Amino acid sequence: MANVELKTSRDVAARLREAESPHSLVARFGLDQPLKLDAGLDLAPFQIAYQTYGTLNAAKSNAVLVCHALTGDQHVHNVHPVTGKKGWWDIMIGPGKPIDTDRYFVICSNVIGGCMGSTGPASVDPLSGEYYGLNFPVITVRDMVRAQAMLIDRLGIDTLFAVVGGSMGGMQVLQWAASFPQRVFAAMPIACATRHSAQNIAFHEVGRQAVMADPDWRGGKYLLEGTNPRRGLSVARMAAHITYLSDAALHRKFGRRFQDRSNPTFSFDADFEVESYLRYQGSSFVERFDPNSYLYLTRAMDYFDLAADYDGILANAWRGTKTRFCVVSFTSDWLFPTSESRATVHALNAAAARVSFAEIVTDKGHDAFLLDEPELFAIVRGFLGSAGIARGLVK
Amino acid sequence: MLDQTDRKYASHPTATPPRTNGNGHNVRVDHLLVAEMVAPGSRVLDVGCGDGELLRLLETRGVDGRGIEISREGVNASVAKGLAVVQGDADTDLVDYPDDAFDYVIMSQTIQATRHPRLVLEHMLRIGSHGIVSIPNFGHWSIRLGLLFGGRMPRTKNLPNTWYDTQNIHFCTIKDFSDLCKEIGAKMERVEAVNFWGKRLRLPAPWWFWNLFGEQAVFLLSRGKKRG
Repeated sequence: MANVELKTSRDVAARLREAESPHSLVARFGLDQPLKLDAGLDLAPFQIAYQTYGTLNAAKSNAVLVCHALTGDQHVHNVHPVTGKKGWWDIMIGPGKPIDTDRYFVICSNVIGGCMGSTGPASVDPLSGEYYGLNFPVITVRDMVRAQAMLIDRLGIDTLFAVVGGSMGGMQVLQWAASFPQRVFAAMPIACATRHSAQNIAFHEVGRQAVMADPDWRGGKYLLEGTNPRRGLSVARMAAHITYLSDAALHRKFGRRFQDRSNPTFSFDADFEVESYLRYQGSSFVERFDPNSYLYLTRAMDYFDLAADYDGILANAWRGTKTRFCVVSFTSDWLFPTSESRATVHALNAAAARVSFAEIVTDKGHDAFLLDEPELFAIVRGFLGSAGIARGLVK
Repeated sequence: MLDQTDRKYASHPTATPPRTNGNGHNVRVDHLLVAEMVAPGSRVLDVGCGDGELLRLLETRGVDGRGIEISREGVNASVAKGLAVVQGDADTDLVDYPDDAFDYVIMSQTIQATRHPRLVLEHMLRIGSHGIVSIPNFGHWSIRLGLLFGGRMPRTKNLPNTWYDTQNIHFCTIKDFSDLCKEIGAKMERVEAVNFWGKRLRLPAPWWFWNLFGEQAVFLLSRGKKRG
């Protein structure tokens, strides 16, 4: 352990500190409690970093698990320890908010393979004393969910009142309802799909190749060698960020406006506001995210194909379920278009599940689920409220 | 441009005005008639559920209700009320529902807005053991008179749109609809009609009377012994 801190720059050091001993609650699982991975391996020991908000009631029936997206983390409703910004879903979660912490006990954990305190490629392998790097096993969305279930066991919670998440978080919600139907009272998958499309895999591959093409990546051993493939990860983030927005949103926000200048410089400077914005997105991302973690988590999404685990028949994933579902999509989301959510809903109908489905009109693209969308708030509030009555949380 | 009130009702193919019940709560007359036909505690699918008011009424009576609605405004309003409603089209989406998934499948003032009413009706009775269909009656005297003397496609308070603007593309009379039920082998267990003032026609009247004086009719259907 002692030699791992050598040659790392200050920002990388902050990131590594979060990976190893995070500003979070941590659940540790020893060699006797391995995480059984889809890859056929056991991960042990391992740890899960998580945050909770609100109070668990005596019956332990008011727990809401929030699942984070690809580059999210457990800091959903508190100041982020690395960036100093407020939680990524602060707009949705809190006292009196749609996911009301006065009413629900909210849990959010960093996914396995992540880099904010749950075991991942930036963690130190206790057996070898070195960073996992590419020796970390490839994980899946199902592995993430399995790990979360172990955390929920640890917290002594039998049934979650609700599991909620967008994008990769939504994939986890769908997987939770399939893997542990009796442990999920209500499920809210937002802006997601039951399988990653070829186009989405293609975008992820561009991102991964950008990381791996950076000479500082060093075959995945950059932590050992004291380098940081920040340019590669930054480009990956820039490309991905475009897919989270929409043409209309980019046009509305930036148009063809110049950045701090009135004429083009006839160079490759960031003349346009949109370029400057993307560069900022890229460079701020590398401050807080581990490049290898990015490879692993994008891979997990690529592998996600829920129907494949059920003989190709999606409805079988939820056959006989008692879970209440509320599926939400956004009109301008071209990463997870409404057609994907509709396919989920058709399968849920075929499984005779209790399902609501709303498509929200917005030009904000995929990222709309993180933004100020009053219609989304009303739907989350209404869905959880009525489920709460059915669960006996409110009289 | 529709104003806010119009938009609310735009999700309904017809715009039956709400009436006030004893509790000061607005309830549509055809909704009350439909609700009366549903056994408490049963499973119901409301096809074309609008903003979910019928489902809400049914849920107060211990019914496990689901809905399909074509308009986004209607769906989002319903979901925000905590109702299990999905955005969908009766003509294309009923096929995804398994056989016998519900006790009742309801189409409240909706079937005349579908492209294939016969197919939709058959699906209803496949998905549910009962179907409840309420229709605006095009055989009503006011409509007959309107066409006879006005010489134009009739517009009434319940059917206010012009012929080129209406979502109601397959109008029928009470007689027409009962013919369709016979044709597909559906059993008519109960039929109710209400007049121009929303009052139920209580007489054990012959069909021609209902067809002339019923402004709306509600049919409770079940599968016949042997279907075609």
